[in-house]
Amino acid sequence: MSKELIRLSDLTMTFEDGETILNGINLYINDQEFLTLLGPSGCGKTTTLRIIGGFLTPTSGDVFFDGKRINDVPPYQRRINTVFQRYALFPHLDVYDNIAFGLRLSKLPEKEVDDRVTEMLETISLRGFENRHVTSLSGGQQQRVAIARALVNRPEVLLLDEPLGALDMRLRKDMQVELKRIQQAMGITFVYVTHDQEEALTMSDTVVVMDKGRIQQIGTPQDIYNEPKNAFVADFIGESNILDGIMRDDLLVEFFGRKFECVDKGFGKNEPVDVVIRPEDVDIVPPDQGHLCGTVTSITFKGVHFDIIVDFKGFKWLIQTTDYQPVGAKIGIRLNPEDIHVMRKSGYSGQFGDYSSYSAEYDEIAEGGEDEE
Amino acid sequence: MRNRLLSAPYLVWVVLFTVVPLGVVFYFAFTDSITGRFTLANMAGMATYLPIIMRSIWLSLISAMICLVIGYPVAYCIAQASPTRQKFYLMLVMLPMCMSFLLRTLAWVSLLEDTGIINNFLRALGLTPLPLIRTNGAVVLGMVYNYIPYMILPLSTVIMKIDPRLIEAAQDLGCNNAMVFRRVVLPLSVPGIVSGVTMVFVPAVSTFYISQKLGSTGTTLIGDVIESQFKAAYNPNLGAAMSLVLMVLIFLCVGAMNRFSGTDGEEVMAP
Amino acid sequence: MKRFNKVMTALVFLFLYIPMIVLLVASFNSGTDVAAFKSFTFSQYGELFRDDSLLRLLRNSILIAVLSSFLATVLGTMAAVGIHHMRARLRRLVLTATDIPMTNPDIVTGVSLALLFAFVGRLLHTNSILGFWTLLIAHVTFDLPYVILSVMPKLGQMDPDLEEAALDLGCTPMQALRKVVLPEIMPGVVSGALMAFTMSLDDFVISYFVTGSGFVTLPVEIYNYTKKPIQPKIYALFSLMFAAILLIMVVMNLLQLRDSGARRGRPQHDGRGAETN
Repeated sequence: MSKELIRLSDLTMTFEDGETILNGINLYINDQEFLTLLGPSGCGKTTTLRIIGGFLTPTSGDVFFDGKRINDVPPYQRRINTVFQRYALFPHLDVYDNIAFGLRLSKLPEKEVDDRVTEMLETISLRGFENRHVTSLSGGQQQRVAIARALVNRPEVLLLDEPLGALDMRLRKDMQVELKRIQQAMGITFVYVTHDQEEALTMSDTVVVMDKGRIQQIGTPQDIYNEPKNAFVADFIGESNILDGIMRDDLLVEFFGRKFECVDKGFGKNEPVDVVIRPEDVDIVPPDQGHLCGTVTSITFKGVHFDIIVDFKGFKWLIQTTDYQPVGAKIGIRLNPEDIHVMRKSGYSGQFGDYSSYSAEYDEIAEGGEDEE
Repeated sequence: MRNRLLSAPYLVWVVLFTVVPLGVVFYFAFTDSITGRFTLANMAGMATYLPIIMRSIWLSLISAMICLVIGYPVAYCIAQASPTRQKFYLMLVMLPMCMSFLLRTLAWVSLLEDTGIINNFLRALGLTPLPLIRTNGAVVLGMVYNYIPYMILPLSTVIMKIDPRLIEAAQDLGCNNAMVFRRVVLPLSVPGIVSGVTMVFVPAVSTFYISQKLGSTGTTLIGDVIESQFKAAYNPNLGAAMSLVLMVLIFLCVGAMNRFSGTDGEEVMAP
Repeated sequence: MKRFNKVMTALVFLFLYIPMIVLLVASFNSGTDVAAFKSFTFSQYGELFRDDSLLRLLRNSILIAVLSSFLATVLGTMAAVGIHHMRARLRRLVLTATDIPMTNPDIVTGVSLALLFAFVGRLLHTNSILGFWTLLIAHVTFDLPYVILSVMPKLGQMDPDLEEAALDLGCTPMQALRKVVLPEIMPGVVSGALMAFTMSLDDFVISYFVTGSGFVTLPVEIYNYTKKPIQPKIYALFSLMFAAILLIMVVMNLLQLRDSGARRGRPQHDGRGAETN
């Protein structure tokens, strides 16, 4: 079932102004997979998408589709369709003609065009909107028309460029479920671009985390979340406390002057590493029962839980818990071995994971300091 | 993208019929009319036309100023009108521009003549008729009449674009209407003023018809000289030389006005 | 202050239209002196339609205006699309060149073209190069900027993704232009064409310098007429042109109003227009 459909081989992309957006991208995408390119603005995810779609030619590297090199194949000859970020519906055509646009270009008989368009309208729950002008539709409706217009052509791959960005929160969540359902029902490969990590984790079979034109990690949502490869991924996905540690031995890591059992191995003896601990994995216990002791410096009510900033010897941790802890309280924490995740040091080490800025933000505004991170 | 090639026929056209002709003007201006050899005589001959050149500049400047003074209130009024009214007013302003400017100028002849409408009217009232036509004043009148739409249109566009919130802010900070005008609207409308003055000055300084019909031999302008060199006395080289002078003149004046608008705007933006 | 503005505005409009009214009134005058109104008559209009030479001139003017505005529209629209896709530096250069016929006074454009034709004439050893074709070339030349400057803003306003969406759905670049871009920019194309037509119809100065005696347009002939006492049927012609231009401007305005309205209500094809979301 997992036949390789698209392969990107060593893609680089440098624009006229000298800016290099992609720095050697290697990726393969399987048939019927829901794959998401995830990363911050400027990481190259949209550029990668546009290269797959044929709107950009890579400076170097190859794009393979079903085994064939398609670098020089123009977009209108690729069996790929795109859902654009701002929908790009044709204003001079109504809903029906927009959806039928691609079908009519392939010179299908009008009867079949009508069947397919009607079926599509049913799928997106816009039956009865055939003659409406696209400019009179709401954002969510336009979104669905854009999806329909692409899908009705039964492409092998659908590219989606942050399609839900302009929708409000509730509609976005509904559409995420809807898109996943359509993808599985139609068996089409989806390549999805977003900067919203929650969205990526919800919808994808595979997540590709990108930053600065390079792939940082590829994996299932669980893998990415539970076992991030470096500090960037750990910080981008969810919240993380990232500490300096030393790997004393397999399954044994030392930080804050204390040895902890963990579940990672394969590092060099006494190798310096980054240690990741998710805020929700920390147990709060009385100070004498804890592995480490610290003082609460701030607490914020977030609805589902409290965000607590705790100071351990100058390093600020973020802990998420349903127990209220007053500011100034001394607390202890316990960590289970499965909750300690060890990563190799990388260029990103030291840039993330310290929550000292978290509570100090308002102090800095008062003092006239600048933004960081 | 193949799309860029679409402009290729046009680019060829522009080079052939806009750029090259300017080069041809240069060629003729520096060529002797009989021998065809390079000469500066044509350009030197321009010196004798200096009074005409000065007169053209002077009358055009006056016309531009008059257009500015009487056109500004109109532009302001239009800018303040409701959008549908605006379109209507603008259409009224543009309509004369599209009508035969020959005939409209001729209408002024009928109005200003010694036996024309105005003088007939004066005579009917028992007043002495005035020598209105064939004067510098008549030429200026003709220029103002023909070119005032070129002042009103850019001015009103610029004034319309002034963010109304700036005016509100000024009022909020204590300006009355006169001060709002002097300190906010007027400075911000300077690009429109420059644009309008330029668009009046350029055709005014190069006209020949207005001076022929409403003026006399004492009001010959640059355009008249060029026209006569091309049509009456066929000396294209002198005509080209004069055209070159005209082009340089316009280039200098437009350049000066642009620089004027640049610094003026900056000074005024400072609190 | 507001009163002053309004009064000034009224005066200026009056000033603008008094000569036009004089001409309109003169067209109904049975006498030949504009200043002295003899009696009301339609006879000048009748004279106008019976004057074959005048009608021939009118036909010439309209012919040139239609041909040149058509050519300028085709060439100019293609050019605008091409320029729109150019890199910034080249685009600025081309737009500066496009501006030249508009910033140059008519007399310079006319003279420079006349000299070009004279030069070519010398090369071809002919004296009578000026005629229909030179006139057409000149008209297209000064019509082009109007079309280009009318279409370019429409291209700028267009959603840039639309062209890509068309390609994505299977259009070749040519098809994308025809099916998606052109409908979007059509209002600009039409208003550019109308402007070009109006400018050509009324042009005097440029035509004066580049036309030969073989093919004469109306404004040029009016100039020649005005060296002798003017015939009253010219005023009738003026009034008719006034009505025509007024009509064109009203049409243009209506087109602009329709274009700027975001909702273009199209009639439902059948009764299925459900309003539920």
